[in-house]
Amino acid sequence: MAKILSGLLANDTLYDREKVERVPTRNGYGEGLLELGKRRAEVVVLCADLTESTRVEAFTKAFPERFIEMGVAEQNMASVASGLAAVGKIPFIASYAVFSPGRNWEQIRTTICYNEQPVKIGGAHTGVSVGPDGATHQALEDIAIMRTLPHMIVVVPGDVHEARKATIAAVDIPGPVYLRFAREKTPVFTVPDAPFAIGKASVLRDGDDVALIACGPLVYEALLAAHALEREGIAARVINNATVKPMDTETIIAAAQECGAVVTAEEHQIAGGMGSAVAEVLAKERPVPMEFIGMQDRFGESGSPDTLMDEFGLRAQDVVAAAKRAIARKKAGL
Amino acid sequence: MASLSDEKAQSLEAIAAKIRRDTVEAVIRAGSGHIAGPLDLADIFTALYFHVLKHDPKNPLWEERDRLVLSNGHVCPVQYAAMAHAGYFPLEELKTLREFGSRLQGHPHRPSLPGLETSSGPLGSGLSQAVGMALGFKMDGKKNAVYCIMSDAEQQCGQTWEAAMLAGKHELDNLTAIIDRNNIQIDGMTEKIMPLEPLREKYEAFNWHVLEVDGHNIEAIADVCDEARAIYAKPVVVLAHTIAGKGVDFMEFDFRWHSKSFKPEEAKDALRELRTLGGKIENPHAE
Repeated sequence: MAKILSGLLANDTLYDREKVERVPTRNGYGEGLLELGKRRAEVVVLCADLTESTRVEAFTKAFPERFIEMGVAEQNMASVASGLAAVGKIPFIASYAVFSPGRNWEQIRTTICYNEQPVKIGGAHTGVSVGPDGATHQALEDIAIMRTLPHMIVVVPGDVHEARKATIAAVDIPGPVYLRFAREKTPVFTVPDAPFAIGKASVLRDGDDVALIACGPLVYEALLAAHALEREGIAARVINNATVKPMDTETIIAAAQECGAVVTAEEHQIAGGMGSAVAEVLAKERPVPMEFIGMQDRFGESGSPDTLMDEFGLRAQDVVAAAKRAIARKKAGL
Repeated sequence: MASLSDEKAQSLEAIAAKIRRDTVEAVIRAGSGHIAGPLDLADIFTALYFHVLKHDPKNPLWEERDRLVLSNGHVCPVQYAAMAHAGYFPLEELKTLREFGSRLQGHPHRPSLPGLETSSGPLGSGLSQAVGMALGFKMDGKKNAVYCIMSDAEQQCGQTWEAAMLAGKHELDNLTAIIDRNNIQIDGMTEKIMPLEPLREKYEAFNWHVLEVDGHNIEAIADVCDEARAIYAKPVVVLAHTIAGKGVDFMEFDFRWHSKSFKPEEAKDALRELRTLGGKIENPHAE
């Protein structure tokens, strides 16, 4: 039996998509920064002309002397943060993920990771659920480009409470951290004081027919999928794999071993994402049939978040279908 | 008033000569690496490590030290040679340049070698880091000075101007940038590849104070750095006019030496020339 997270929200509304409470995960970034500002004098925040939508605005008002407005200059932002870290600051930088860590990837590689400076990168507006802004503003590659960098830690919080806790936890990591946030209101599935640690996956539901391993807004879709599968007599284990790197291999390998079939789900390109990282672990340690829910090598487009999640196959029903495919392959010995 | 006595100036010139020689020897030994830029920066690095910088080679992480950010990391052989002569590590270690396991990586790696303030190589990001350091010191009310050495070709990088804009905005008078204006880059002369002039007016337009210096006159370099520290409420950029490959006649002004290494006979000629340069270079390797 897997150890189930004690802090999963346990009320009637959790599995009701219409009634569940929804808050954007980026709000958790803003709340976490505000709290860190009070606790840690060395925390500074840099933003590239997006203080409101990245939610760092509250920090800028509470601690104006520790906020640096960069203007539209993400490359400069990454390297200025490196310089600040070199003189004892703990910088948190904020923009949309397409621009940071997208546009400034090389600066992050050389001046932050290779330089071993503890800069924390907050990437907002990830996934197609960004919606009407369209493909230019929907980051779908950021997990891949961050997790391939030595020294980088990659965290994808599943709801607002996790986002707040991940932001606060990042300050004590001695090196660089990438924190990935969504734009839209994301269902809240944990309670505020649920345990959270960077590097630890949490099991939200137990089961041994198939393991649903998800991160970000897709964790909720995986929960709904498990709920639906239960009614068909299929016991799905749901794992919130919030830390993509370093991965909680113990929890992931145990899930593969005990379930024999795995589905990964994320709002990111399948190539190089969280699912790829799981596959890298399982191909070596415990190969089992795997299915991948994510973007299938294409860009998003404009539309309402709900329409886009439906159209690109990022819903609970898609996870259910993938789970059945994985189970069928397991039974067929494929 | 001159910053250096005649005696001190002469001793620094002698040190610069040794740094040139050791730089060339290290690059020859490594079999690869840039050489023109390191040679033209020898006098500037000598002035910095032996006069301008507040630092302690025996305590490289001393909190009160000034910070020297090398942005154009490819010239690191001359920084390594200057650091070795200043006492950061034994001269013998210069022989390991570019070898597997060496602390003297082909482009600088900060965590490997205490005394380096950053890792660099990809051009255009050093000024940003120096700006970050200068901002951090200002926030804390600290007096440390920040120096940043850049190449002229780096002025073609957009990020350099992002950093320049931010430094102007915050009136970072604890920051002095030095541009190695040697007029060459890998593909040719800078003004042909992508014209940089008027460089002075560009920086002035970004709210910087601009100074110019003969990058091979150590006394003048010392003076200009003193002058830079006296400027109030503006970052300072020093346009240091240098001769690429300075000290080796057949390399001077020739962009082809930007990133190529020596053939054996060229190496011999280069060292012979350096030994006889203006009588200022001793001759420890007499054949």
